[in-house]
Amino acid sequence: MATDVGSSSRTGRNLRAWGVAGLFMLPALALYALFVLFPIVQAARFSLFDWNGLEALDKFIGLANFERALADPVFLGAVSHNAFIVILSLAVQIPFALGLALMLNRKFRGRAILRLIFFAPYVIAEVITAIVWSLLLQPNGLAEHLLTAIGLEDAYSPWLADTDTVLIALFFIITWKYFGFHMILLLAGLQGIPREIEEAAAIDGASRWQGIRYVTLPLLGPTIRVSVFLSIIGSLQLFDLVWVTTRGGPVNFSNTMAVYMFDRGFVRFQFGYGSAVAVILFLICFVLALAYQRWVLRRDTEGATTYG
Amino acid sequence: MAEPTTVREAVAVVDRRAGPGARVRVRRIAGSVLRYGVLLAVTAVIVIPVVYAVLSGFRDAPQLAANPVGLPNPWVWTNYTDSLMSASFWVQLRNSAVVAGLSTVVVVLFAALAAFVIARREFPGRELAYTVFTLGLLFPATVAILPLLILVRDLGLLDNPLGLALPEAAFGLPLTIIILRPFFRSIPKELEDAAALDGCGPLGFFFRILLPLSRPALVTVAVLAIVASWNQFLLPLVMLSDAGNWTLPLGVTNFSTQYTTDTARIVAYTSLAIVPALAFYLVAERQLVGGLTGGSVKG
Repeated sequence: MATDVGSSSRTGRNLRAWGVAGLFMLPALALYALFVLFPIVQAARFSLFDWNGLEALDKFIGLANFERALADPVFLGAVSHNAFIVILSLAVQIPFALGLALMLNRKFRGRAILRLIFFAPYVIAEVITAIVWSLLLQPNGLAEHLLTAIGLEDAYSPWLADTDTVLIALFFIITWKYFGFHMILLLAGLQGIPREIEEAAAIDGASRWQGIRYVTLPLLGPTIRVSVFLSIIGSLQLFDLVWVTTRGGPVNFSNTMAVYMFDRGFVRFQFGYGSAVAVILFLICFVLALAYQRWVLRRDTEGATTYG
Repeated sequence: MAEPTTVREAVAVVDRRAGPGARVRVRRIAGSVLRYGVLLAVTAVIVIPVVYAVLSGFRDAPQLAANPVGLPNPWVWTNYTDSLMSASFWVQLRNSAVVAGLSTVVVVLFAALAAFVIARREFPGRELAYTVFTLGLLFPATVAILPLLILVRDLGLLDNPLGLALPEAAFGLPLTIIILRPFFRSIPKELEDAAALDGCGPLGFFFRILLPLSRPALVTVAVLAIVASWNQFLLPLVMLSDAGNWTLPLGVTNFSTQYTTDTARIVAYTSLAIVPALAFYLVAERQLVGGLTGGSVKG
C-alpha cells in the first residue's frame, strides 16, 4: 500500500477493490436490507397511518398515533416497567454476576461444573423458562410447598398474580436465566487480566477487597460496560417471558413496551398504532445506545471484549 | 519485560516468609465455607426448577396437587410416553431443527463473506458498511415484527421454514460479523500474499485458507446462531399458523395453554423440550464459553 501510484490508477484500484468488496458483501447486504432495514423504514411509514393491516393503507393521520401512545397511561406504565427492569438489572443482576465471576475466577474443586450449571439456563428458551417458573410459583406449586415445609407458609403469595410483586417476580426469573451469560462475559474479562497485576497489588499491602476495588474492577471496566449495555438493550426489549407468564397482567402491571406493541398490533389489529409504538421503542433504544456509545463505551478501544 | 519476573520473585519471597500461618489458614477456611455456601445456594436455585419439572412429569394430577415435593410415588410414565408417541412433538422437533439449520448456514456463510472484506480489504466505505451492520444489534426482530409479517406474507413465505430462517439469519448478521472480523483480521497478511503468488484469487483464499483456519470462530458463531434460532419465539408466533409447522417453543406454549388443568402433562412436554437444548449445550459448551473467553483474551 506504500507504493507511489498515480491518481488515475488509484481510482482504478479503488473501483476494483470496491467491486470485489461489493461482491463479497452483496449477499449479506441484500439479506440485511430486505429483512432488517426495510421493515424498520416500513414501521416508520405505517406509524403515520390508521391501519388494520388488511385494508388499503390510505388513512394518513400524521403523528396522531404517537400522540395517542404518549398520552396513554397504559403505554407510559409499560415504559416505566421497562425502566424498572433496566434499573434492577444494573443494580442487582450485574453485581450478582460479577460477584460470582470473581468467585469462579479462583481455582478450586468443582469450578468447571459450577460454570457449566450457571450458564445452562442461557440455552433454555425463554418461553420454557416462563412455563416452568409459572408452574413453580403458582398456588399449590413447588414454591408454596417448600415454604410450608420449612414453616414459612405465610411467606408465600402468588407473586406473579399480585400487582405489587409481579415485576419483581419477573425480574427474578430474568436473573435466573441471564445472570450466567453476564457471569461468563465477566469471567472472560477477568481471565484477561494478568495475575501479576493483582499479585503486585497484594504485595503492596492491598487487601483482597482493595485489590478488587482498585485494581480488578477498573481493569474489568470495558467488559462491565459491554455487559451493562447488553443488559439495558435486553431489558428494553423484554417480550417472550412476560407474554407467556402474565401477558402483561395483572391489570397491565407487568406490561412492557414490546408486549403492549404486540397486543395492540396483532391482538387488536391496530397495525398503524402498533408500528408507532415500535418506532418509539426503537428510538428509545437507539438514543440510549448512541448516548452510551458516545459517553461510556468510547474510551474502550475495539476488541477489548469479544462483543465490543 | 523485567517487571513480571521481579513481581513473581517477590511473591515467592513473601510466600516463604509468611508461610501457612494459622491465622491465614483460619481466614482462608472461613472464606471458602462462605464461598461454597453461596455457590451451593445458587446451584440449588438453578437446578431445582429443572429437576422439579422433570420429576413432576412422572406424577399424575392428584399426586401433583397433594405433594409436588419428593419423589413420585408411584412413578407415572404416561405423561412422557404420551408426549413421545404423539406425532406433534417429533414434528416440532424436526421443524425447529430445519429452521435452525437453514438460518445458521445462511447467517454464517453470508456474514463470513462480508466480514472477510470488512476485515482484510481496503475500500472506500468499509467503516460505513461495518457501522451499518453493527447498528443492527439495536434492532431486534421485535421492533420490526409488524412490517416483517407483511413482508414475509408478500414473499409468500408464511408457514414456510424460510419465512423464519431468513429473518433470523438477517438479524443474526450483526453479531456474527462482529465476532468474525477480529478473527479474520488476525490471520497473517503473508498467507494471503503467498496464496496470491500461487495464483489464488480472493474467493480461493476465502474458501481454501481463511475458512479452514477460522474453524473455531465459525463453530462459535454457528453455535450462537443455533441457540438463537432454537429459542426464537416471536417470529414463529407471528409467521406460523398451521400446527404442522410449529417449532418447539411455539408447540410447548400452545400445549401449556391447551392443557391448563393438566399440569403434569405440561411439565412432561416442557421437560422433553428442554432435553435437546441441554444435550446440545453439553456438546457445544466449550465452543460457546470458549469462544467468549478466547475472544476476549485475544482482544
